[in-house]
Amino acid sequence: MLIKRAVGVRPHEITPHAIYLRRREFIRAGLAVLAGAAGLVPAGPLHAQGAPLPGVAKSGYSTLENPTSFKDVTTYNNYYEFGTEKSDPKDYAQKLKTRPWTLSVEGEVRRPKTFGIEEMLKMPLEERIYRMRCVEGWSMVIPWVGFEFRRLAALVEPTGKAKFVEFVTAYQPENMPGLRLPVLEWPYIEGLRIDEAMHPLTLLVVGLYGQVLPNQNGAPIRLVVPWKYGFKGAKSLVRIRFVERQPKTAWEKAAAHEYGFYSNVNPQVDHPRWSQATERRIGEGGIFTPKRKTRMFNGYGDQVAGLYAGMDLRKFF
Amino acid sequence: MRWTKALAFVLCLGPLARLVAGGFLDRLGANPVELIARSTGTWTLTFVMITLAVTPLRRLSGWHWLARLRRMFGLYAFFYASLHFTTYIWLDQFFDFAAIAKDVVKRPFITVGFSAFVMLIPLAATSTDAMVRRLGGKNWTALHRLVYVLAICGVVHYWWLVKRDITQPALYALVLAVLLGFRAVVSVKRRE
Repeated sequence: MLIKRAVGVRPHEITPHAIYLRRREFIRAGLAVLAGAAGLVPAGPLHAQGAPLPGVAKSGYSTLENPTSFKDVTTYNNYYEFGTEKSDPKDYAQKLKTRPWTLSVEGEVRRPKTFGIEEMLKMPLEERIYRMRCVEGWSMVIPWVGFEFRRLAALVEPTGKAKFVEFVTAYQPENMPGLRLPVLEWPYIEGLRIDEAMHPLTLLVVGLYGQVLPNQNGAPIRLVVPWKYGFKGAKSLVRIRFVERQPKTAWEKAAAHEYGFYSNVNPQVDHPRWSQATERRIGEGGIFTPKRKTRMFNGYGDQVAGLYAGMDLRKFF
Repeated sequence: MRWTKALAFVLCLGPLARLVAGGFLDRLGANPVELIARSTGTWTLTFVMITLAVTPLRRLSGWHWLARLRRMFGLYAFFYASLHFTTYIWLDQFFDFAAIAKDVVKRPFITVGFSAFVMLIPLAATSTDAMVRRLGGKNWTALHRLVYVLAICGVVHYWWLVKRDITQPALYALVLAVLLGFRAVVSVKRRE
């Protein structure tokens, strides 16, 4: 079977032009994180953020589109555990305790295991430059660093009963001011069908822009599913459960008629309150730049449309 | 006390000045259009509330000079509403009038928002002294009671557009409830 790859395979011997153009940004970002860490009272694992991740391989699944700036990627976030403003995660996520950190992988598997985050960082890491489309109507291009979820699954050996995978975000009431408000049911829960989870595009992410994942982006390990709306990519994972029944996700519990289990990026299926036909690419142009047309499955249709053959995507939104 | 009007006029331009400065200094964040839309929207609501607060404040404080500022506050509400509406049809929709018409009809929060804006137009148009004379006090007052309706529509517009955290719209709703409640109490007392 020929596995189709995303458009554009990078020549390994040449620094990709996009990264070459951002070289000063890498240096600046690294210095900025160091300076910021020096200026703050260390509340635990600040040293983990911003550390470079070595040995990261390139991937044919990366897009050639211009990545969104490190500044925008790390200062415009939705992470309601730290507040509902876009600036809240960068302001408050420094309090997130990311060490020690364990990821418990359990449920319908033959070899359940609790992994330390250090083990996750030792997995063979790739850079995947993915589009990310938020359900609110904006999008980014983010150079994630991580490994395919199916590699983790292989270690625990899911049984035939495993039909879905549930992802659970950390719950740290002492460090997460947003938990005081029942904006969503806590801890944050997301879920995928087993074939969605085992798809090569589905990543467990530990870094971005070649460095350890910043807290506001879901440190120390998060899920990324590029063909679904961004909220499906649960942050700061502590537990992964292989289950028989479809899990109820946080946003389904909050508003099932607005946020479905699948939440595939689909310009033809509007959110009840706003259209999903267009999106604003963060950092692209100025205020007079028109919005982009949203692509089916966020442009990953070639890779994932087959998962939904015969499904009514209006019903299973 | 003529300088109070001039001072108020300049202060009311503050929010716009902040946005323009922010634009030039690249301080509008990662999603400037969203910020401009949100800022012009909340300032519209704020100026509607300020306008509605003049009468209760006058009664409670005896500062009758506030009355001379009320028209300016109201017109500033219309000004920021126009900026908000322009942001939507230009920066957000790029004058795609087919899409805009669809939005107004299909999206309840845009329907009420658009209605609130439409209601502001006759109020702005009849704000001049000449218009007050032409309509006569009674008719003018009756027409301008529309502000109560459009204020409610504005709050509902905000409430219906937020994803999940209704703190901000709820605050405006509370303020509006107090301002309208004051009038309700006064009008009941008058009838006794």
